[in-house]
Amino acid sequence: MRIDRNSIAVVLVGVVLLALGPVLPSWAVSLLNVALCYGTVVLGMMLLMRTGIVSFGHGLYYCLGAYAAGLLDHFGKMPDMLLMVGAGAVTAGLVAAVLGLLLAKYRDIFFAMLSLAFSMILYGLLVKTASLGSTDGFNVAAKTVGGIVIAEDSVRIVVYSLAVVFATLSAFLLHQYLASHQGRLAGAIKDNELRVEYMGASVKAAVHRNYVISAVLAGIGGALMAVNIGHIDPEMTYWPQSGEFVFVAILSGTGSVFAPLGGALVFEAIRSFAYEYSPNTWQMVLGITMLLVMIFLPGGLWSLFTRKRGA
Amino acid sequence: MLTRLLRVALTGLAITAVSSAPALAQQKTSIKIGFVTFLSGPASGPFGVPAKLAAEGIVESLNAGKGPAPYQIKGIGGLPVELVVIDEAGGATKQVSEYRTLVQRQDVDVVIGYIGSGDCLAIAPVAEELKKLTVFFDCGTPRIFEEGSYKYVFRTRPHATMDAVAATMYLLDNRPAVKRVSGINQNYAYGQDSWNDFEATIKAMKPGVEIVTSQMPKFGAGQYGSEISALIASNPDVIHSSLWGGDLEAFMLQAQPRDIFKKSQLVLVAGEPYLHRLPGKIPDGTIVGARGTNGVFAPDSALKRWLVATYKAKSGGLDPNYPAYSVAQAILGVKAAWEKAAAKKIGSATPMGAAKNVKEEMEKAYAPPTQEEVIAAFERNVFDSPSGKVHMNLGKGHQAVMGTAYGSTRFENGVVKVGSIKYYDADRVTPPEGVSSLDWIKSGFKRTK
Repeated sequence: MRIDRNSIAVVLVGVVLLALGPVLPSWAVSLLNVALCYGTVVLGMMLLMRTGIVSFGHGLYYCLGAYAAGLLDHFGKMPDMLLMVGAGAVTAGLVAAVLGLLLAKYRDIFFAMLSLAFSMILYGLLVKTASLGSTDGFNVAAKTVGGIVIAEDSVRIVVYSLAVVFATLSAFLLHQYLASHQGRLAGAIKDNELRVEYMGASVKAAVHRNYVISAVLAGIGGALMAVNIGHIDPEMTYWPQSGEFVFVAILSGTGSVFAPLGGALVFEAIRSFAYEYSPNTWQMVLGITMLLVMIFLPGGLWSLFTRKRGA
Repeated sequence: MLTRLLRVALTGLAITAVSSAPALAQQKTSIKIGFVTFLSGPASGPFGVPAKLAAEGIVESLNAGKGPAPYQIKGIGGLPVELVVIDEAGGATKQVSEYRTLVQRQDVDVVIGYIGSGDCLAIAPVAEELKKLTVFFDCGTPRIFEEGSYKYVFRTRPHATMDAVAATMYLLDNRPAVKRVSGINQNYAYGQDSWNDFEATIKAMKPGVEIVTSQMPKFGAGQYGSEISALIASNPDVIHSSLWGGDLEAFMLQAQPRDIFKKSQLVLVAGEPYLHRLPGKIPDGTIVGARGTNGVFAPDSALKRWLVATYKAKSGGLDPNYPAYSVAQAILGVKAAWEKAAAKKIGSATPMGAAKNVKEEMEKAYAPPTQEEVIAAFERNVFDSPSGKVHMNLGKGHQAVMGTAYGSTRFENGVVKVGSIKYYDADRVTPPEGVSSLDWIKSGFKRTK
């Protein structure tokens, strides 16, 4: 394990966020909470983008994570938050390990379309499953954490704190991975796959591994979101949801593990205020933001933090 | 970089700390209603925007004190009403976030909204958690109060089970010899529920009917060539459909030239709002409903004329459709409960001269009622609406019950008219308290448990 400045910063930010929980107004806590769940999924998108591939179907794992968590509550009668997040991560990881065997062979538009197709298969299945509420979905609630019953008036703060812990842990571990030998292959694959093969590394294995990691992150994000929102439906694997993850990933940039989390927060904040102040044109506000970022900050919002140092 | 990050975090913290400083307790000068409806997406045209127009028109009229009896008091309880409109698009995840924003950042007094049943299911527990009076005006799923029990959540329109039950009664009254039954419904929760209710009802009411086909095109399909072929091939006596919006219009335009309705009776459970858009394209004798005694089914009253006039002024001459009636029901429901609570407070105040602190006592009595008092007055309340009397009888007093009506279409002088209207009492078409809709239908519509 390498303890560099960024690892320390991740932990510090996590601690600050935990401390802010009881202090911030409740609307800000719920905004942060949603952003953290989203950010965790986008961390995985960032890893894929660094590897040079874009998935238009990551809603699949986000939704699988959420439904794994939801089914534990719905049928398993085990509404333990740690178990739920664990189930989300494992389910997403297992499915990705299988689908990855096929997907790791493809690149570019073929990868994007295939991943989209898989996510829409899950959507179709869920819509036809009336016992899970079809498009209406069903409600989810976490009642315990590691066997300890959550007091009714502290649910929000517990859910938020665990989101902080999981998001921070994910960012920390992903940062470690990106700095490792295996992780550094991502950028090399993006630049030139042939050279990576000549170096003696397996491109397919690396792509497969990164795909599974990103799916696990999406599964964790989905499970956290299910508990945070308290309701899940097939919309989570519908294509606009997957597109939104790509949107936030591009908005954030891939420069650092801070980028997806910060980008998700910016996105959520813009969306929330746009809903409030321009209810008829909130989509346009998001679109214009995206255009401005693409034109003036092609490296995403994160380039705001790196550009100055170079200059 | 570390210091820069910290600086950003601290600035953010400072901004939120300043903006969230608690407002000083003040005398209430207005009532803020968060109003959530579809402003974009497929449901915005037929449901969302008409609902918004109706809400704005009604609030303006009430604020001006132009409401008919018994709603002449200005605004709500004398306080002007302010609407905060939010788009319902984006799915349940976003709606829960936006609901929290409405309650916690905008500090609204009441939330009225939600057309999508999934959104209602997701919002209900959050309303309970945040302890905020929330009124669902249009979503139809019976699951809300059949699966849960809520203190802060009300629904001022009846749930969707009665659509199927009354449609079947009307159908069997007019065509008792029905044998071969088919359906075409969208493949999403409402379409599936609508068909399942209808299938269960007709099997219970007329044993021996045969379900020859159930077509489930996807939501927003637009092309129904193969579904229409399948319907024709199965040679049904009846075609049941809960299609709405552009899907219904596309289906009618494509099905009508193929002569399918010459042999088969068409039942459109939610067809009434689209009649004026399909002149000449709806075969005579089509059975249509408006999900309650709304639109053409609403009995004439001062309240109905008021809603029609208000809506026409707002929409440039259009008649209100059933979401507009639902909105009126929700806003008037809140107003009725609020004013009932206020009257009760004044009525039970210490008589003048009998107490020492007369001034304080009277000030307390004339202060706006608290949320708890409004909720107590709302439960099991009975109030007037443009579609008739609303009884808050189900869901422990939180779910409205009303009768419904169906009629048959007739094309006359270039417009589609609805005739042979039959009304069905709430008792005949709604399950009793504590029995789920599907169990009630399967039990043979028993009134007792």
